[in-house]
Amino acid sequence: MTNETLIPKIGVVTDIRIDTPDVKTFRVVTPDGKKAFDHMPGQCAMLSIPGVGEAMFSITSSPTNTEYMEFSIKKCGCLTSWLHQMEVGQQITIRGPYGNNFPVETDLKGKDLLFIAGGIGLAPLRSVINYVRDKRENYGSIQIIYGSRSKDDLVDYDEIISEWMADEGIEVNLTIDREQEGWDGHVGFVPNYVKELNPDISKTVLICGPPIMIKFTLGALKELGFEETQVFTTMELRMKCGVGKCGRCNIGNKYVCKDGPVFRYDKLGELPDEY
Amino acid sequence: MQKLSMEKLDELFRKMSEKQAVYLPVDKENGAKFEKWSEGTKMSQALNTIRSAKDFIFPQTENLVDFKVNGKNIEVADTREECEDFVIFGMKACDARSFGILDKVFLSEPVDTYYKNRREHGVLVTLACTKPSETCFCQTFGINPAEPEGDVSTWIADGEMYFEANTEKGKTFIESISDMLEDCGTEKVDAQKAKINEIMRKLPLNNLKTDAFGGDKLNELFNSPKWAELSESCLGCGTCTFVCPTCQCYDIKDFDCGNGVKRFRCWDSCMYSDFTRMAHGNSRNSQLERFRQRFMHKLVYFPANNDGEFGCVGCGRCLAKCPISMNIVKVMKALEG
Repeated sequence: MTNETLIPKIGVVTDIRIDTPDVKTFRVVTPDGKKAFDHMPGQCAMLSIPGVGEAMFSITSSPTNTEYMEFSIKKCGCLTSWLHQMEVGQQITIRGPYGNNFPVETDLKGKDLLFIAGGIGLAPLRSVINYVRDKRENYGSIQIIYGSRSKDDLVDYDEIISEWMADEGIEVNLTIDREQEGWDGHVGFVPNYVKELNPDISKTVLICGPPIMIKFTLGALKELGFEETQVFTTMELRMKCGVGKCGRCNIGNKYVCKDGPVFRYDKLGELPDEY
Repeated sequence: MQKLSMEKLDELFRKMSEKQAVYLPVDKENGAKFEKWSEGTKMSQALNTIRSAKDFIFPQTENLVDFKVNGKNIEVADTREECEDFVIFGMKACDARSFGILDKVFLSEPVDTYYKNRREHGVLVTLACTKPSETCFCQTFGINPAEPEGDVSTWIADGEMYFEANTEKGKTFIESISDMLEDCGTEKVDAQKAKINEIMRKLPLNNLKTDAFGGDKLNELFNSPKWAELSESCLGCGTCTFVCPTCQCYDIKDFDCGNGVKRFRCWDSCMYSDFTRMAHGNSRNSQLERFRQRFMHKLVYFPANNDGEFGCVGCGRCLAKCPISMNIVKVMKALEG
């Protein structure tokens, strides 16, 4: 019988990194040590533990990483709690890739890029950031504005400090919600920080974070003079199939799993406000 | 066109059953239900079955895949098997069209192989409705109950059943029973069709129109203030979705059998509060939003994605079964006004 997308492959967790008190990053390969499949930045995969559940996660590693995939997962429900208890060597199931991707080979090419992330919202953007870093000649300047509740809640902190900030032509602006001992960086919410930083309005914006952060940041961007056509975001709704058939992740007539998760903001604005 | 005396129907089912399972509407205590033919089974004369025929191609529950879990290791077992041939006999025009609608969901890329398997092995023998009822509105969606789609169409007139093949699969099926059939003209069937069309013209829902709906009215209809009143009494029981021949939403769940895990698919309902509930919240928190989703899907979203085809076939099952007598007809009338 022909291939069935609902039948997953086996993945093996080969490394677990503790990012924050509630976020871990899992490295996954097939049992023979290869990448489970190719993907593009912004695409997702269905991960499951048989008997516990299956859910959609964005692939946080870049497609330019040919050895393995990584998933940064926040502990917030049944399945994610189970995943957080895993040890290296644990097998899981994996299927994908699902959804569209950030338009790295079209709309974003040659552009100055502004990444804005809040909390675990950095996970899908990290895939794009590292893709763009690896294909540096194809893109203009890179600015990353990233905020979290506290210093301890900044995902990928080590990579941000030792790699992104060390790169030439990348400006990284970090912020945390409240003053904290040992933090001499910026304090304040992301939307206000964006206004303070006053980025050039010719930049193309990629944004991901909690809905409330996205909402206010979009307002801030508009105040600064950005158009909705310059802003891309990625959505998340409940999914079961991942291929537009189980019927639950739609916003209007678009399925987030298939037509998304990446939407240009003006296109999202044409859809009903139900997300 | 070919025909058979209704008196030989048992003989026909017997012959068909030699080669494959034959399912047909059978009268039960609470109405007609599709059942496998066995000696003595009589075909129901009821207008339609309580449940639609979608169970045959999209069953209420089905296994997708098995897992063996051993310590940190998992084994995946693909348990799919080639389906056996079967015939659905006596399906009505509305249900036949619903298969075409479900095809657009399950046979679009990536093809759902569980669905395709059953679809390919099933022969649809449809039967023209002789007595469409006051809950019928299939004509609103361009369906003619006098000309049912399917691999083979049949009509009953004056104690005889008339057969016509519509597809290659249908022709092969007719050949397999041809020694029981005799060639005939179309006069009796034409007269029967005229009679059915006359009944259709007199039905109370004959004037129900779809002009106010479709993909281009998406935001206007979504934002209509009328949803609040329409959804106010909805109990969220999901009966409408379960009797609906076109409702295709499903859930995927795991069942731990003790010595392994079965991952299965089962019907789900957009009318249920946990349908869209995630660890961090719910995109459709109120019954208004869930109610609106169901009708927007059938009348706006589905046509927007499928060249204007609506996701309703006017079978009237939801009209008959909703405990608070709310239904798609009332929704359409309220929204178009």
